[in-house]
Amino acid sequence: MKIDRRSFLTYTTALVLGGAAGSMLTPAPWKLTDDVSIWTQNWPWTPVPEDGEVTYKQSVCTLCPGGCGINVRLIDGRPVKIKGLEDHPVNKGSLCPMGISGLQYLYGPSRVTSPLKREGKRGEGKWKKVSWEEALGAVTKKLAELRASGRPQSVACITGSDQGTTPNLIGRFLTAYGSPNYIRSATAQDAIEQAIYLTQGKQGTPVFDIENADFVLSFGSGILDGWGSAGRMFNLYGSQKPAKKIIQVEPRLSDTAAKANQWLGINPGTEGALALGLAHVIIKESLYDRNFVENFAFGFDDWTDDNGKTHDGFAKMVKNFAPDKVSKITGIDKAEIVSLARAFARASKPIAINGRGHGAIPGSIDESLAVQSLNALVGNINKPGGISAIPDSNYAKWPEVNIDEIASKGMQQPRIDGAGSEQFPNTRFLLNRLPEIINSAKGESPVQALLVTDANPMYTLPDTAATKKAFDRIPFIVSFSPYMDETASHADYILPNHSYLERLQDVPTAAGISRQVISLAKPVVKPTYETKHVGDSFILIAKALGGFIENAFPWEDYEAFLKETLKDQWRKLKKKGIIEIKYDLPEPLAFTFNTVSTKFEFYPTARGSVKQKQNSALPTYTPVPIEGDVQRFKLVLIPYDSIRLAGGAIANAPFMTKTVDDTVLKKQVGLLEINPATAKGLGLKEGATALLTTPKGETTVKVHLYEGIKPGIIAMPRGLGHTAYSEFLADKGINVNTLTGPIEDPGSGLDMAWGIRAKLIRI
Amino acid sequence: MKDKNAKRYGMVIDLDKCTGCGSCMVGCYSENNVPFKADETNKLDSINWIRVYKITNNKTYPNTEVCYLPMPCMQCDGAHEGHSPCVSVCPAVATDYDYDTGIVSQIYTRCFGCRYCMAACPYHARKFNWWDPVWPADMEKYLSPNVSPRMRGVVEKCSFCFHRYQLARDKAYLEKREELEENEYQTACAEACPTGAITFGDLNNKHHAVYKLKNSPRAFRLLERLNTNPKVYYLTSKSWVRKAGDNYLAHEEPTKIKNNIKEHH
Repeated sequence: MKIDRRSFLTYTTALVLGGAAGSMLTPAPWKLTDDVSIWTQNWPWTPVPEDGEVTYKQSVCTLCPGGCGINVRLIDGRPVKIKGLEDHPVNKGSLCPMGISGLQYLYGPSRVTSPLKREGKRGEGKWKKVSWEEALGAVTKKLAELRASGRPQSVACITGSDQGTTPNLIGRFLTAYGSPNYIRSATAQDAIEQAIYLTQGKQGTPVFDIENADFVLSFGSGILDGWGSAGRMFNLYGSQKPAKKIIQVEPRLSDTAAKANQWLGINPGTEGALALGLAHVIIKESLYDRNFVENFAFGFDDWTDDNGKTHDGFAKMVKNFAPDKVSKITGIDKAEIVSLARAFARASKPIAINGRGHGAIPGSIDESLAVQSLNALVGNINKPGGISAIPDSNYAKWPEVNIDEIASKGMQQPRIDGAGSEQFPNTRFLLNRLPEIINSAKGESPVQALLVTDANPMYTLPDTAATKKAFDRIPFIVSFSPYMDETASHADYILPNHSYLERLQDVPTAAGISRQVISLAKPVVKPTYETKHVGDSFILIAKALGGFIENAFPWEDYEAFLKETLKDQWRKLKKKGIIEIKYDLPEPLAFTFNTVSTKFEFYPTARGSVKQKQNSALPTYTPVPIEGDVQRFKLVLIPYDSIRLAGGAIANAPFMTKTVDDTVLKKQVGLLEINPATAKGLGLKEGATALLTTPKGETTVKVHLYEGIKPGIIAMPRGLGHTAYSEFLADKGINVNTLTGPIEDPGSGLDMAWGIRAKLIRI
Repeated sequence: MKDKNAKRYGMVIDLDKCTGCGSCMVGCYSENNVPFKADETNKLDSINWIRVYKITNNKTYPNTEVCYLPMPCMQCDGAHEGHSPCVSVCPAVATDYDYDTGIVSQIYTRCFGCRYCMAACPYHARKFNWWDPVWPADMEKYLSPNVSPRMRGVVEKCSFCFHRYQLARDKAYLEKREELEENEYQTACAEACPTGAITFGDLNNKHHAVYKLKNSPRAFRLLERLNTNPKVYYLTSKSWVRKAGDNYLAHEEPTKIKNNIKEHH
């Protein structure tokens, strides 16, 4: 038979169709497909977790300073699940996604599993595994050298907290060693504490008794985005006893704004002006608490000082903040301002709070003072549902520290960051000023050795480039981080701390709660890797340094130190995991304040420095200057905080990043929120790629059109754009801190930047 | 076939209380050994048993409103009980309807990955394992023995934490009890929700909180007119959210439309 083209096609078609029909009739291919799938599914790399006895261990989450109680489920001693601890006074069983992800901070590729010594260039990622002996020895040698050369003050330590025994142990070490440069990372709490100190004369942890308030006026505080103790805030929102009215003032429709009864989109950075505008209406309409203002407050009316000089009172000053003017500044309708002022003053238990987002940036002192004054106008100072401050806890006591001559000389040196100086007398720590001070130093860096624990300044400080430049000038950097974070990856030595679930430590009262709650974080599992408690590392270094420094640490290890300092409280704390010290508010009608006037000072006489000498210490509103030329940079970029992204010292766990929407992060590119009207003017559509430029840097972004953001404003989340950690977090989006810079508050020195000018071009 | 003591476990999610924090998702991941990849931004291949969606009222600034919508498996009863969209199409009986609890199961070792169920599910509740799961650097140590890690090539979905039901049943059996207390069996998401927006229980039991909540005037279900008869109810006081719950026409008012689906009791 001759096979031509036609018959070839016919036969082939018949063969294929016949074959196909035939194989449909036999079960062989189906059976084979099924077998293959079942066989491959049983390949041995799908783990089979071991079963065993179920137990629970209670502890406290220390991933943030919130201090929420946790309950960990273990299988044969192996932790498998974390949930909120039902009867913990802070969070009452509620927990944020970071707390629930906790086990991913125990294991995972970000952990530093042994002491490391840098091999390659800084940040290159080449490390040599060293023994603890060698690592501690190297740090001791460097510190001994600096002391021998008479420069103990050139050692600085950056920490995440200054409360509790671990930070105090490190502080004690620095004192005995001879350096005044203990620098705690700043938060909004610094500005609020300072405002409370200036108005009430009290140094302590701020209390916002939201539990008992019925009207919460939030000047941008992300109370449902991670502000304060997240577990506490969620629990309060869910239980709502009594039912609360929440007014959220911020330029972006955050989760808090979305759940608030009212959202007021304000021009960013003008919150202080709104507070003074509300005060104006409240005073003008005589809605203020007359009893409090007349009997317990100072500086409301004009007053004359000892030199016979007359000063304007608060009431006269706020006359300058009429609703008309405030409306122009804030962009909020005049009628809204008036009705909000009335509603606030007429509520039975109103409270005004501030600290933007998570409260990462302190903000201006004027703003915090204005908010404090607003609270004072309605008389809710030191009373249920109001604002107060709990004196710093004194539950831990240890012997006085004797120091030698070198240490004494070192301690007399001024702090490198300028905190507590004549210029910033009321500020305790000014980490934000450090990079600039190092960068502008002539000759060698004033910091010769830097110790970093519970902090990640190379990620969290604004203006990352300047921070890196400053750190590059520090000859010796030691990180105690359990994770390979940005600062650790730029260190010379890493002496890894235990992860939070492997560590013993006391957890002092978190800001907000009107009680002293001291909890004990107990290890739920034995250390997995070759890590050491940071307290133990410092004790060992002290012992190796010898002399007065060694004598200041007569304890064998951190646990012995903790036992000794807690004395009789130790047993109770160890057994119950918690001590609650009830803090009684002062009698409502017998307020005594520690201020010069013994009253609440609307006119804060203790407000030192430039400001008072010039003119008046009253809180006022002067626009916070933001960087950038208006002509060149027509937009304003603001960072925002989200509960699903950790923007602080400890970064996201993989689970948290997994929950992030694809309108925030898409593949490795971060999305920028922009109002559709603004985007249209720039020719940008949803998902378009654009070049974002600020005076500090530039980056490629995609845009997400969001009606919930004020036109002209663009927003990016904190917590993305890590360069360290692991593939589950690194190189995703941009660290917004690389695009922003700090702005120093002239009165406090704290960072008060809320945004930066920016430009967006379609590419 | 059907026990007169049969349960109909269901969930009521109060959208007025949900703040979109994502604790339910994370609580579910860690309870159910849900894997994670370096890139989870392609939400089509990102495995979630419950996902919180963000919806808006589409109004311009400053009248914009946002609502978060957590979506687990709806555990559909179907037009008649057991007629869940996914169960009806599965060729391998890898997903089945449990008449004792009303829970739609997923049996990984039976599933051969045809994904008919994913196509049938109107709620995108089902996810396919395109890759074998990997828990790097000792992370396998935190896996729970109560839920099997899934392998490549199978579909998975929310089980209403069925293993917790089994553990609670075992305990009750040992204590010679027939019935479970309401708090003995709770899903991980309900437990993790920090504002208490998620309530879980037996929809047939008058003493359970869900029984009362599902009859609230604020209650509705998603895509109700598809006759899927879901056992997940939502509560909202916002009419635009209610309207987003189904494909309503502009003139239609959800509260005025009579639902002809009878619930099974």
